[in-house]
Amino acid sequence: MPVESVYPALEPLLPQVRKPVQYVGGEVGSVVKDWDEAEVRWALLYPDAYEVGLPNQGLQILYEVLNEQPDVLAERTYAVWPDLEALMRETGVPHFTVDAHRPVRAFDVLGVSFATELTYTNLLTVLDLSGIPLYSSERTVAHPLVIAGGHAAFNPEPVADFLDVAVLGDGEQAVLAITDLIREWKRAGQPGGRDGLLLKLATVAYVPRFYDVSYHPDGRISNVVPNRPFVPPTVSKHTVMDLDAWPYPRSPVVPVAETVHERYSVEIFRGCTRGCRFCQAGMITRPVRERSITTIGAMVAGGVAATGFDEVGLLSLSSADHSEINEVAVDLADRYEGSNVGLSLPSTRVDAFNVTLANELSRNGRRSGLTFAPEGGSERMRKVINKMVTEDDLIRTVSTSYASGWRQVKLYFMCGLPTETDADVLAIASLARRVIAAGREASGRRDIRCTVSIGGFVPKPHTPFQWAAQCAPEVVDARLRALGGALRADRGYAKAVGYRYHDGQPALIEGLLSRGDRRVAAVILAAWRNGARFDGWSEHFSFELWTRSAESALATEPVDVAWYTMRERDYSEVLPWDHLDAGLDRDWLWQDWQDSIAPEGATEVEDCRWTPCYECGVCPAMGTEIQVGPTGERLDGKRLLPVVGGR
Amino acid sequence: MAKPAPRSPASPAVQRLVVRYAKRGKMRFASHRDVARAFERGVRRAGLPIAYSAGFTPHPKISYAGGAPTGVASEAEYLSLALTSRQAAAEVRERLNAVLPDGIDVIDVMEDAEADGRSSATSSDALAPTASVSPADSEASGSLPSGNSGSFSGLEASEWRVELPGVKPEAAERAVAGFLALREAPVERRTDKVVRHLDARAAVVEMDVIAADPDDCAILRMVVLNTAPAVRPEDVLTALRGGHGIAPSSSPLTTRLAQGSRTSLTGKNLS
Repeated sequence: MPVESVYPALEPLLPQVRKPVQYVGGEVGSVVKDWDEAEVRWALLYPDAYEVGLPNQGLQILYEVLNEQPDVLAERTYAVWPDLEALMRETGVPHFTVDAHRPVRAFDVLGVSFATELTYTNLLTVLDLSGIPLYSSERTVAHPLVIAGGHAAFNPEPVADFLDVAVLGDGEQAVLAITDLIREWKRAGQPGGRDGLLLKLATVAYVPRFYDVSYHPDGRISNVVPNRPFVPPTVSKHTVMDLDAWPYPRSPVVPVAETVHERYSVEIFRGCTRGCRFCQAGMITRPVRERSITTIGAMVAGGVAATGFDEVGLLSLSSADHSEINEVAVDLADRYEGSNVGLSLPSTRVDAFNVTLANELSRNGRRSGLTFAPEGGSERMRKVINKMVTEDDLIRTVSTSYASGWRQVKLYFMCGLPTETDADVLAIASLARRVIAAGREASGRRDIRCTVSIGGFVPKPHTPFQWAAQCAPEVVDARLRALGGALRADRGYAKAVGYRYHDGQPALIEGLLSRGDRRVAAVILAAWRNGARFDGWSEHFSFELWTRSAESALATEPVDVAWYTMRERDYSEVLPWDHLDAGLDRDWLWQDWQDSIAPEGATEVEDCRWTPCYECGVCPAMGTEIQVGPTGERLDGKRLLPVVGGR
Repeated sequence: MAKPAPRSPASPAVQRLVVRYAKRGKMRFASHRDVARAFERGVRRAGLPIAYSAGFTPHPKISYAGGAPTGVASEAEYLSLALTSRQAAAEVRERLNAVLPDGIDVIDVMEDAEADGRSSATSSDALAPTASVSPADSEASGSLPSGNSGSFSGLEASEWRVELPGVKPEAAERAVAGFLALREAPVERRTDKVVRHLDARAAVVEMDVIAADPDDCAILRMVVLNTAPAVRPEDVLTALRGGHGIAPSSSPLTTRLAQGSRTSLTGKNLS
């Protein structure tokens, strides 16, 4: 049965909303397939604004992987802003995909990518506008399966009631496995109905409704157990083991509207074993798997030709750690020398060699600013979080930056880390003064600048800090105020140092959503009913709305927001995500947590790529292994950059 | 792998092409900046030898005539390209159409006779609106009229077609007659930051009602001078709404049909 486009009904609304072009599709690289020729149809949702969602690498990859299958159709959809939401409700226009403006409700699957927990309320808006029941338990075979992925899906419990399935880990192979199961079930005449399909999917992904959670009287979880036969007690993440075999995206969608990243991005490796204890991404994406220099070279050439972008981003969690980053940088810089294609390493560590790399990649462009993330202000703090950067390393690195002609250095920090004191945060001010002094000396100029950017720390599941108490927003805010005062106090430096900070209150709600359990679903629903939308946007976020919603939704429970966020957990407590397996050995995580807060000072952990395995557990548990070069291949040249500093 | 185009100043511009393009269908919702980005990427994907500006952040030398507003369709938008080696105009049109999004469609590519023998470095490549109109009429001609102040100086006026859903032709006729009898029609247009005060009447050279089908959708045709700041069809509609009781039941659909000299656009009353 053909599905009609909602565009004729949508079009009259578009002149009445801001930036209507984000809703019309038709971009270069977008795909519209015949509805009736597809057997399995996916609507891929990024539950934030188009300008944020379109460049998302994960969704672009899955869009291509699925559409390459001849009998599969995938279309994209994004959250609509409140102005269009109001008009859609008024006129009865359902939520739609931007590719062919088909109603989301007509698809087999609504796949939603959660990069952050602050997009949960937007999922509810999309479900509601689509005419899909909010609760999984109220859906029938007539409704799409709602499947979540992305980093936040490693603890999907706060939204478990609204999801049918959550997929942990890499999506490339997982979406195809799920597609196969759906196709098989449809061909067989939908045996067992919706539950029949979910039972099959429970072998490759997490189906929350097949697990019962019970609680102690004090509010802690007593256990989480399957409630059906053949449903596994724990669910493991997916890991793609050969990135060269999955060279996506080849031809990403090129937006007509302006978006937050306007570049062709290649993931040069996936995973990170630096071991920063706050970093969920580094913990859940192990082991490190590199893409080879030759695949990177081919993807960049193909991607630039297909998109017309004039910037290439070499993505990863710590890009300079690629075993052949020197060769990659030199060869790509040579290839694009004199052209107008710019190259960038969006994620750089505090390391002088990274400046050399940035210099090489910026041959074509202006040296405006470099960004480094020491994360902790004092050396003691950086040991606690296992970010092994000494103050001298940092000064050496920024001196090299300013001496090479970079005018501005941005430094990222977190506030509210475990064991942190006022002094640890105030240390950032003296560090900034040293940075400016060193920069003026190295460059011989007065007009160099340094920007300090700082936000509240949120403890995340599957990290050593998953047991930690989140710092109270009042404490975070007081420290941020004190830091601002200290940065302004010294008149010789105040004008050279910029200061940006994020308040503690949004971080507390992010903390609730990050480490919450199934009881938090009621809070999310109440907040959404009270009008919460686009919670990651400061102009839309309301702390008052969230605390009010939490108070009413948790009134009959023995738990509250403080219990979920500012309470330290002990070893024996069952965590809401303990049945979801990222491969990390729970005892190793606990030991690493203990090592970080030891009264005699934190113990540091080296990177297992160049030191012996420290048994985090991922490789044996998942049947995976580190995949790094060198391959010894080159794209063209033979030249290399001198390595200074080193790792 | 396509070899990237070399950049100036090593390669100066040797040819300037004027491109007439349309903004149709869904792409009418693209803003002027959106269209500009699409062309910059399209030129790169098409592998055209576009000249680049010098300086720290070189950008492709593409100049734009004042664009139709967001939400307004057009059959007559103009830009010019500075190229570092000579290309056949027809081939440029085909190569661009192969890579641009559907709805941003190149209609015609013409040699810019005005630019010949002139250093391309002197022409502006900013997103400047068309210069305000000189009082003297230019000669009407089949191709792009040319003037003294750059590639687009001949674009003195625009011919617009405006569909007014829910407005009966007789009501529209009365409103138009009333509007044309005015000496001035002051209107305000609010944008995010500023309120502009414009005289909608002064910019309108000609306006009439085209036979409507279906009956409850009057269609206006108007010729409006490309002034700076621009008087848009929506400003004229504001005046018609305010003083003459025109109230479309949904958003009017506006299309720019043509741009050119005042004389080339007037006197074509189709009613």
